[in-house]
Amino acid sequence: MFPFNFEWIWDMGHVVFMGGLWYALTILGIGMTYCIIKAAMDASKDNGDPHH
Amino acid sequence: MDSALIPRGVKRCPLWQFLLFIGAAGIVLLWGVYAMFLCWFKGLNQTNMNDYYGFALWIWADLAVIAVGGGAFFTGLLRYIFGKDALKNIINYAVLIGFICYSSALLILAIDIGQPLRGWFIFWHANVHSMLTEVAFCLSCYFGVLTIEYIPLILENRQIDKVPFFHHLGHNMHEVMAVFAATGAFLSFFHQGSLGGVAGVLFGRPFAFREGIFIWPWTFFLFTWSAAACGPCFTILVTKITEKVVGKKLVKDNAIELLAKISGWMLLTYTIAKFIDTWYWVTVLAPSQGFTLMDFYSNNPLYGIWILITEIAICGLVPAAILITPKGRKNPVALWIAISLAVVGVCLNRWVMVLQIMAVPVMTFDNWVMYLPSWQEVATTILPGAYGVILIAISYRYLPVFPNEAELNPMEPLPAEEAEEKSVEPSVDLEPELTPAEA
Amino acid sequence: MKEGRTHKRFQKFGMVIDLDKCTGCGSCMVACMAENNVPFRKDESNKLLSITWMRVYKLTNGMPFPETDVCYLPRPCMQCAGQHEGHSPCVSVCPAIATDYSMESGIVSQIYTRCFGCRYCMASCPYHARYFNWWDPIWPDGMEKYLSPNVSPRMRGVVEKCSFCFHRYQRAKDRAYMEGRRELQEDEYQTACTQACPAGAITFGDLNNPKHAVSEMVEPDPKHSGRPKNPNAFRLLERLGTNPKVYYLSSREWVRRAGDNYLKNEKKVKKPVHHG
Repeated sequence: MFPFNFEWIWDMGHVVFMGGLWYALTILGIGMTYCIIKAAMDASKDNGDPHH
Repeated sequence: MDSALIPRGVKRCPLWQFLLFIGAAGIVLLWGVYAMFLCWFKGLNQTNMNDYYGFALWIWADLAVIAVGGGAFFTGLLRYIFGKDALKNIINYAVLIGFICYSSALLILAIDIGQPLRGWFIFWHANVHSMLTEVAFCLSCYFGVLTIEYIPLILENRQIDKVPFFHHLGHNMHEVMAVFAATGAFLSFFHQGSLGGVAGVLFGRPFAFREGIFIWPWTFFLFTWSAAACGPCFTILVTKITEKVVGKKLVKDNAIELLAKISGWMLLTYTIAKFIDTWYWVTVLAPSQGFTLMDFYSNNPLYGIWILITEIAICGLVPAAILITPKGRKNPVALWIAISLAVVGVCLNRWVMVLQIMAVPVMTFDNWVMYLPSWQEVATTILPGAYGVILIAISYRYLPVFPNEAELNPMEPLPAEEAEEKSVEPSVDLEPELTPAEA
Repeated sequence: MKEGRTHKRFQKFGMVIDLDKCTGCGSCMVACMAENNVPFRKDESNKLLSITWMRVYKLTNGMPFPETDVCYLPRPCMQCAGQHEGHSPCVSVCPAIATDYSMESGIVSQIYTRCFGCRYCMASCPYHARYFNWWDPIWPDGMEKYLSPNVSPRMRGVVEKCSFCFHRYQRAKDRAYMEGRRELQEDEYQTACTQACPAGAITFGDLNNPKHAVSEMVEPDPKHSGRPKNPNAFRLLERLGTNPKVYYLSSREWVRRAGDNYLKNEKKVKKPVHHG
């Protein structure tokens, strides 16, 4: 799963498979981080402006 | 009592009735949980699996729920990527059904493995050449996507939505949903496919083995295709059953018809592809390994040629023919028949690709072996059904799963005095004699 | 897996079983169970749940008396190499690399502590050579003292199979190393079943070494994935492309034909299908 696992080989199979996996996980991670941070910022704005 | 949690503008049954319903499903759930713990603590000797049937009922259930749960990714793809706006009225439910299916699949896998505490080895010591590794990774990741898609719906609960952070979080997640949906479609393509690949790569099993492109046997593509074709049919089927149970219309016809039409064309093209695959297998591949078609379908009490005819003709061509014609999909009875047949067909395909493979003898001096699951296997297979019913019931009661519900079922305005009295309890709309199986 | 990238010439241990000599006595099965600490239960009548690394099948020619003929076929793990070495049916599917193909010895290993019991390898094996531990092993009182210290007993929930008595190979290599030798003599590494067979039906050795008896007996053709040149030799399910390292010998045509599936009226073995 990680390059430091002893089974890891830098071959096409690992690069394609794990590349696809980490690519998908990165997108999901970045997407959720963006949503959470933006929600926190939006919410703090609301607190500053109770009439929102 | 719980009216503050119920979405505005819709009616729900009294709490006691709801709890009774949940309780009935809960009993089935507990039965399954008991069997699950038996399997975990006493081992897989609790099952009727054996050294010929290393894969059995659970793996079939796993493949089947993932296939029918394919409605989530395909509807999401159509809604968010191809911009089929009409599907926004059913997407929430498709996601919920998908979430249930995939969480069930993961649970089944956790029960199915002989050493559950070592389950993480499949990730940590991954063999990237194994189809099962691909299944495990994509399945888990896609379950994450479905959770992400389900969260905004939970955040839309009346009380949760009042919290500014959650309100904004739900809103933001909706905004980037297309990205999540695209990732989900990418992951789904691979795990649906690799589930087909699980069987297709077995070159020691002529009943299962197929050639293909690069590392992927034809079954890889057939599984993805059939899941995209039949998954939406399951979404429609569950929607229709839910409408029957709650006694009201929940989704507009245009959404159902659009999904049914796309599903019909997918099913037709899939059936043609499946036919070609079967033809090549029967005439070229199996004979090259010394087998004829009837070697796979005779001399045993169950697996006759009927299974192939049922799968391709009755559960493939017939529903496809109904769904691609406007008359067919507009006729409620024909629609019911078509979606039911499509769901049965895909489940039958998965059965064949798990259990018949195990049953067919390969060595000339070997015999057909039949298998009957133990009650523990049956209970743990029903468990996800009960869990699904409960989660649907809770979600339906407290979350705005169906955006059109209020519009399709306008509440009669009450006189001012009565309205005040009634505001505590919503009126009855759930039949008291319902059983979990109906939901 | 990593060793597969080197191009050094290695051994390829294999077995030749002369079916004309096998009497079906079952000594090989008993020796195998004792040697490898194979667990058993009080009631072993359900053979679908019994663990038999070496299993003797009884074959008949299906003819009425007096043409009736019987053949006993011992079946260990075939240690398949696949169409490109290492692509065994089971090794290629194991999701956690709990089973591996040794390029050094040609033996398919099973790592019990790595296996998490998904049983995909069992589904992939057409020979039913792989067995699942449905129960934890329970030895009759006192028997644990007689277990072989060289083979680890397996726990519930993992798959096991014949290892060509791999511990004997390790022991022989250790001894050779201590004596300053690199090469093993043919008789230094022999499996328990080979030594136990009273009829001398089983021969074991290095298929890559032309001086070893196994090589001489079957004459494996390296250009055709080790297919035997000896007309009396055959391998089980040759046409599937599993490329086994267990060869069978028989002078009887029906026995050789029972080794694989043929279409009606099909005389000759067609070229096996190639995979991957």
